Amino acid sequence: MVSGLINANPVVYEKKERRVRSAPANVDEYAVEPIDQLEIFDHLRDIKDPEHPYSLEELKVISEDAIEVDDSNSYVRITFTPTVEHCSMATIIGLCLRVKLMRSLPSRYKVDIRIAPGSHATEAAVNKQLNDKERVAAALENPNLVEMVDECLAPTYGFSN
Amino acid sequence: MELDWELRELQTLEGHKDRVWSVAWNPATGVAGIPPMFASCSGDKTVRVWEQTPSSSSWDCKVGFLTSATAFMMFRFLRGEMWLSLHALWCVDDGNCCVHLRAVLDETHTRTVRSCAWSPSGKLLATASFDATTGIWENVGDDFECVSTLEGHENEVKSVSWNASGSLLATCGRDKSVWIWEVLPGKEFECASVLQGHTQDVKMVMWHPTMDILFSCSYDNSVKVWAEDGDDDWHCVQTLNEANNGHSSTVWALSFNGSGDKMVTCSDDLTMKIWGTDLKKMMSEDGYAPWKGLIVTGAADDAIRLFVESKDGSVDEPSYKMILRKEKAHDMDVNSVQWGPGETRLLASASDDGTIKIWELQPVA
Repeated sequence: MVSGLINANPVVYEKKERRVRSAPANVDEYAVEPIDQLEIFDHLRDIKDPEHPYSLEELKVISEDAIEVDDSNSYVRITFTPTVEHCSMATIIGLCLRVKLMRSLPSRYKVDIRIAPGSHATEAAVNKQLNDKERVAAALENPNLVEMVDECLAPTYGFSN
Repeated sequence: MELDWELRELQTLEGHKDRVWSVAWNPATGVAGIPPMFASCSGDKTVRVWEQTPSSSSWDCKVGFLTSATAFMMFRFLRGEMWLSLHALWCVDDGNCCVHLRAVLDETHTRTVRSCAWSPSGKLLATASFDATTGIWENVGDDFECVSTLEGHENEVKSVSWNASGSLLATCGRDKSVWIWEVLPGKEFECASVLQGHTQDVKMVMWHPTMDILFSCSYDNSVKVWAEDGDDDWHCVQTLNEANNGHSSTVWALSFNGSGDKMVTCSDDLTMKIWGTDLKKMMSEDGYAPWKGLIVTGAADDAIRLFVESKDGSVDEPSYKMILRKEKAHDMDVNSVQWGPGETRLLASASDDGTIKIWELQPVA
């Protein structure tokens, strides 16, 4: 699986500066802060692309704006843009996003993952697979796939949450 | 009199260590004094068998002379308001339903057990697993033993169903095929047919309640109907897809009404469709069973809903309306809902949250 990278020379972008959140003046210690776009982006930005030693943020596969979150309804939708139109790594990337969110968000959350419209040749087929819970569950019982996903997620566990 | 219905939560069952995909009631229980029994299957690779304790308080009667067996018989023949008041008499409202764990079927499947089905006699339980096999289990004394393992599917088996007489078994899976197995004496199983036709992952198979006609539904958005031409030759006799008013996304499940002349399908396209056939009703509905004809659904929004055929609509076209929505029935997606056997009015629901809940359907005065 090593020969012939799908996209040998991806465009690498600068990482966005990480905002440090300022502590609010009145701190209610028991108030749970609603989860917002930035928090979700922080969970995902350092995921490593399956083929290249760059993060999904650096490759602009995901961005903060492509995250739609509605905390009061426990819903999030991630739209990601594969680097090339025929990227066969699209399902792996989608799976990485899903697994990371599964491990990071409260269990009440409903997650939709989709490819940015127009950015992939078989986007409907990929979207359908990524949002079929049963297919995702079966895929995650495949040790080779889980190993690949864990490798991509490894850089993200430095972020404290 | 059109009754209104409520679902009363009786019990939450914990124990599975992963999401619960499916539940199936043993059809030979819940009648003639035999306590209702059901099986649940999970991502934890096991199946758990549960049973309602016969002497539990929710079946005791406040009116001393009625035992649970006679209470069943009286219940069947009551009408209207008298039925409601006797119900209040013999159901103790302590919320404790006393379903207990009878057995854990483990150390057999090596991956998720996706669904299970009891044979019509209640003696055998078939389990469909992502490990590409179908297990056949027998109740031996207090335990369950795996007496056979059906192999053949290339990958995940998703569903299993017995025909009405228990002579045939059907399975389906991600390899796009539907298998029909003959049940031979001595718990032997022989593959009778491998049906190709679906173009994608087949999610569920189910036999018609009275006829040897098999239905399957798939990730390819269609429902297929399979029948035999008398020469042991099974083939697809009908396909319900988008072209003939079918679904526009994965069809996850299907279910028949008691008389087998109506079928409901549910889909990722967020709709349910009711299908009818011209075949005359095969079974008469005996006794007064006002809750038959209710459709219950479990959904990915954590809710359980009840639908009933609506009498308001025109005479020619039936219509259905939602009469109950139980929000947050579980903490996560509801994967399966199943009505209890016989006249029990029980409902079991299974969820991603790892629990099973037992509910009771109650009329609202």
